[in-house]
Amino acid sequence: MKQNVFLLFCLFSLSLFAQDYFPENKAVKTKSSNYIALESAIIHISPSETVENATLLIKDGKIVDAGKNVKLPENTVKIDAKGKHIYPSFVEVYSDFGIKDIKTAPSSSQPQYEPNRKGYYWNDHVRPEQSATSHFKFDEKTAASLRKAGFGAVNTHMTDGFIRGNGALMALVEGDNFNSNLLNENSGMYYEFSKSKQSRQAYPSSIMGYTALLRQFYHDSKAYQNNIIEEKDLAIESYLAKKSLPQLFSVDDYLDALRADKIGDKFGVQYTIIGSGDEYKRVETIKATNAHFVLPLKFPDAYNVEDPFLREYLSLGDMKHWQYAPVNAKILSENGIDISFTTKGLKSPDDLLKNLKKSVDLGLDKTTAFAALTTQPAKVIGASDLLGTLEKGKIANFIITSHELFEDEFKIHENWVQGHRHSYEPLDVVDISGNYDLVLNGETFDMDIKNKSGKFSVEVKKDTLKLGTKLSYEEDWMTLILSDADKSKEEYAILSSKIEPFQSNFSGKAILANGDTASFKATRQTEESSETSEEEKEEEEESMEMLSMSYPNLAYGRDEASTEPQRLLIKNATVITGESEGTLENTDVLLKDGKIDKIGKDLSDRGAKVVDGSGKFLTAGIIDEHSHIAGTSINEGGHNSSAEVTMEDAVDPDDVSIYRAIAGGVTSIQLLHGSANPIGGRSAILKLKWGENAEDLIYDNSPKYIKFALGENVKQSNWGGNSRFPQSRMGVEQVFRDYFSRAKAYGEKKATGEPYRYDDEMETLLEIINGERFISCHSYVQSEINMLMKVAEEFDFKVNTFTHILEGYKVADIMKEHGAGASTFSDWWAYKYEVKDAIPFNASIMHNQGVTVAINSDDGEMIRRLNQEAAKSMKYGGVSAEDAWKFVTLNPAKLLHLDDRVGSIKEGKDADVVLWNADPLSIYAKPEKTIIEGVVYFDIEKDKAMRDQIQKERQFLIHKMMKAKNKGLETQPIQKKEKAFLHCDSLDDINHIHE
Amino acid sequence: MILTIYTNKMKYIHILLSCVVALASTQFINAQQTPAAPQSEAISIVGATAHIGNTDVVENAVVVFEDGKITYVGTDTSQAKGKTIDAKGKHVYPGFIAPNATLGLVEIDAVAATDDEDEMGKMLPHVRSLIAYNAESQVVESMRPNGVLMGQITPQGGRISGTSSVVQFDAWNWEDAVIKENDAIHLNWPTGFSRSGTWYDTDRVWEKNKEYTQEIDELVAYFKNAEAYVPGSKEKDLEFEAMDGLFDGSKGLFIHVDGEKEIKDAISFKRKMNLDRVTIVGGYHAYKVAADLKANDISVLVQRTHLNPNFEDDDYDLPYKLPKLLSDAGVLVALEGSGRMERMNSRNLPFYAGTAAAFGVDKELALQMITLNTAKILGMEDQIGSLEVGKDATLFISEGDALDMRGNILTKAFIQGRDISLESHQTELYKRYSNKYQD
Repeated sequence: MKQNVFLLFCLFSLSLFAQDYFPENKAVKTKSSNYIALESAIIHISPSETVENATLLIKDGKIVDAGKNVKLPENTVKIDAKGKHIYPSFVEVYSDFGIKDIKTAPSSSQPQYEPNRKGYYWNDHVRPEQSATSHFKFDEKTAASLRKAGFGAVNTHMTDGFIRGNGALMALVEGDNFNSNLLNENSGMYYEFSKSKQSRQAYPSSIMGYTALLRQFYHDSKAYQNNIIEEKDLAIESYLAKKSLPQLFSVDDYLDALRADKIGDKFGVQYTIIGSGDEYKRVETIKATNAHFVLPLKFPDAYNVEDPFLREYLSLGDMKHWQYAPVNAKILSENGIDISFTTKGLKSPDDLLKNLKKSVDLGLDKTTAFAALTTQPAKVIGASDLLGTLEKGKIANFIITSHELFEDEFKIHENWVQGHRHSYEPLDVVDISGNYDLVLNGETFDMDIKNKSGKFSVEVKKDTLKLGTKLSYEEDWMTLILSDADKSKEEYAILSSKIEPFQSNFSGKAILANGDTASFKATRQTEESSETSEEEKEEEEESMEMLSMSYPNLAYGRDEASTEPQRLLIKNATVITGESEGTLENTDVLLKDGKIDKIGKDLSDRGAKVVDGSGKFLTAGIIDEHSHIAGTSINEGGHNSSAEVTMEDAVDPDDVSIYRAIAGGVTSIQLLHGSANPIGGRSAILKLKWGENAEDLIYDNSPKYIKFALGENVKQSNWGGNSRFPQSRMGVEQVFRDYFSRAKAYGEKKATGEPYRYDDEMETLLEIINGERFISCHSYVQSEINMLMKVAEEFDFKVNTFTHILEGYKVADIMKEHGAGASTFSDWWAYKYEVKDAIPFNASIMHNQGVTVAINSDDGEMIRRLNQEAAKSMKYGGVSAEDAWKFVTLNPAKLLHLDDRVGSIKEGKDADVVLWNADPLSIYAKPEKTIIEGVVYFDIEKDKAMRDQIQKERQFLIHKMMKAKNKGLETQPIQKKEKAFLHCDSLDDINHIHE
Repeated sequence: MILTIYTNKMKYIHILLSCVVALASTQFINAQQTPAAPQSEAISIVGATAHIGNTDVVENAVVVFEDGKITYVGTDTSQAKGKTIDAKGKHVYPGFIAPNATLGLVEIDAVAATDDEDEMGKMLPHVRSLIAYNAESQVVESMRPNGVLMGQITPQGGRISGTSSVVQFDAWNWEDAVIKENDAIHLNWPTGFSRSGTWYDTDRVWEKNKEYTQEIDELVAYFKNAEAYVPGSKEKDLEFEAMDGLFDGSKGLFIHVDGEKEIKDAISFKRKMNLDRVTIVGGYHAYKVAADLKANDISVLVQRTHLNPNFEDDDYDLPYKLPKLLSDAGVLVALEGSGRMERMNSRNLPFYAGTAAAFGVDKELALQMITLNTAKILGMEDQIGSLEVGKDATLFISEGDALDMRGNILTKAFIQGRDISLESHQTELYKRYSNKYQD
């Protein structure tokens, strides 16, 4: 076996520099400078150019020429590479090759809010000043394994921090000095949504914290460049020096790729995305980024589905990803997206070609795959003039292979890096496979030698009787042990022969069972090729059968990512308009172009699909003023104000909660930031268009909102945080006064027309003061509710909405006077001290006082039956049915300043409607159709059909996985994605704070 | 230091509270409504639609009760006696029963000092909920205006979490609250599959719980030892003493379990231990083994219907229709409501039943799932659970359909014939602030 054995032939001493200025004290400095020619090879100069029977001429680690008529100078050493393929060595874009260990900052029991560093950016996770070369030590062990996998150069960088500094392009051979293999010390700036180990600074602790931080950093860099920031900032200075380098953003899922790209678009930066392998899920959107994607080739193993009970824990979505991951590259490239490959995430670089072959077998174009290993990554890091092809003048990084890339028997014989030769498999192994007549000691045997990817096996028969055999073939010597078919005899003969090239027969010495020496001769009858058997082929073809994509690509996903509005005519329904018309019996509603077109009796429309509404109820879709579904994360608790973050950066369109919510008749939600801090983040107001992209869920011309919070959560009463101001309600007031005072001052400075540092946080607060952005404030007890209204009045704006507002009934008159609305729970209380006096009559008292009241969920379960929650206000306080229904439709629309678009059934409003089997305020009601902008997103009949489909698809994939397991492929244990239902209190990233 | 400051703060609050108590009208601040006096005269409810609790409905009913017991249910108006309540157009229901509840064991979730639901340790059959039951809990009194008049108060945590008792919700203290003391032992069945990693890891691997078989073996050994134990022995074993009633059927065994495999193992455990009364609590996957449950005479307290599906691929309405799936298969089904915010949400028990009805269960059967079936599972069907002669007069009058939010408006409620208050801390605040705005 040749496990990890590589042979370094220092046959040809080379130096890259014509004038070497390093002193030499151990030998003479003058060295020969011969040419090397590899002859008679099939040279793949580039993905688009292959020359057969060609010569590659190199000198001093560079390519002199490649092609058919290469003139060889006299001082040329020739190497015969007949029949071999020569490719450019691969280029790795993402690596921490040779980067020395990075010290982890000590942990502490309380979160840290300040940075460790002085003289740098205010956030420790922004580290553009980091440079790969200053933390580098050549790591021969890793270099060897990368070379063995076909790589010639890697771009290495410090994989630590959010903005991680610049990489360095290294050839994978240790030179006499550091300079010889350093191809570019400044080759690309790296980013990743993750924190530096070198600091415990709490911010950012969420995806929207990262995106906000990046935006602010770009703003600050610009301000710094314009001399608006007076303090010295080494981080920004370093960034400014490196900002024209390629910018590479490494992500964990396709949503993060889109998030990064969106920021890039805003600031004129086109990132190259180091991808996540799930980009196929939204390929159209991925394409629209115009980004180059460097794709990982880590594919999930088949899950171990042998336990019939454990299977339950496995989702169709995960199983589909198992099937789709290997075709990700194919889907992307066929959609015109530029791709490269990386070993990122692989256990060993050796898995790269193994996995890539899987993708090629599943239809990835071979030339594209070749380019994605060579020219494409070279282009990404701006090294096309050095690497990626075998053209004149480029660095002599190339591999010599037995077969064409991605052939079954492909293997790498040698990898030359900067002209240094590394051999793995001898170039000149003679293929001894074939069918022979073996004559030994006068007897003739039938011998069959098979060659499977360089592994030889043998079968020897006397007539039909099979003999025992053991074959070894190494370093030009073949040894064959033959034993008697009858094993009990323990008789054997040893045959050995030196194998010479260009001979079809071989012969040699045999030592017989009795110790006698004899000679033998093997005469080749036919050249037998090892073909894949019919059976295997069939199986491969079957494994190409893919389940169709859905959006999202999991259970209950839609067939199409986006759908045109239908023209629907709902006939003879009881229509609860939510307007002054009240409830209309036997009424028709026409939905056209995504709008409610007509309401009336006996409507007809030739182009419309008719939906029978008789015996059913039609209402406007439910609107949840306070929701945390469809969010990747909820709280940015790293600062006591996070006005700069926006939940629009955290939308997760693949959350099955969306489907479950529309099954409960919900069509719009406000995805609110959590309540970890007094000034939270900006909202994302969404339509629950299940299946569509994150960006398409967000309302067009969305009104602007921000979450504020008061009380126990912001003073961190219930989870022990005591290092952040405020710790009491008294402090909460001062946080607001402080921030608004600063925002006002900021606004005044801005108004003078003088240059100022653009501050996203202050801009947001200024919008509030100017009445352009509305507050939805998490609140419980009357004192704090009162306080916020007074602070708002001091700064001359209104609090738009108090959410939760469980003691609103105690200050309803003051709220009415101030003009604040209320969005509350129907009957929650007693879960913490501040809701001790919460009463289910709250909604009705506030309503009676003239406050605009909504009932919200703040919960992934309750959102599924907000109709029931609305009906509770009829029980508690005797609200009329008509008003109760408005609590979950028109009133939240009003609170969200969307009542001109949604919230009731009115001609001209969005066609967001729900068809119920019964009066929606009844416990017995359930939605049969939920329609948003004229598209049916939930249909109870279609749901039934999908259940069957899901079972079928599950069975199909389980069967495939069982097969994979039986074939001896590796399997992995079952994972169940825990989608925790996020609430106001949900702090993600606690691990980052407390680990 | 921190602790000292905290204590001072608390003291301050106490002082503040006592001042308020002294100043304000006592009604608002006092813990609970005063328990009603024993029934002194016969009471007849006349003209209502009576929902018996066994799926029967009697229109224009006459329901008579004396000395706390129901003495007549029918349509013969001549049977009416004593004080007559005209309930024409209204509905009479047996009081709803909240099984597997922690009412009165915790007052405010986030205030640890008010939490008495979970004792440390693993095998705790001797730990009894009853003595910690706070009859004056404001959360408990908030049950009554919704018709939830009784509960099985159940300890949480551990392998055997303890012994529950059944109480009614209008009492001075736990002694007069109790209607069945130490009714059942609660066993949290081991999980067959467990996850690696910590809670905040996103990709946590599910694997077989390697200790699963051993944990069951331990349970078997524990139960065998308990069975062999002679009660009243000189060497007293508190744990086994508490287990005693399991083997003669005087106590029920409530096995809290969700997975299909685990439920199968629990069924086999019942057979092995030759137990009389076994109930599955939760039972997310019980519908997959419904026939087996029926064959082994095992009832199910189905998890709160107002929950999300546990698995991404599950039907969106699976939690809503679990009661139907099991009941259609002939299993004795009642509804429970444990889980997040379970105490204050216990008053939504009728709406859990209403939701079951929305997803396929007949309305009267849905009612039975929070009344007579619950009583049967608690082994108390002779005393509570339906409007039948001889049973406790624990019942209420509602303006409309009590399983529907719109109709669940109580005008009268009786517990063992006592005319209880339908006021609460919450209704007092409602009135107080409504009045404030009227002035």
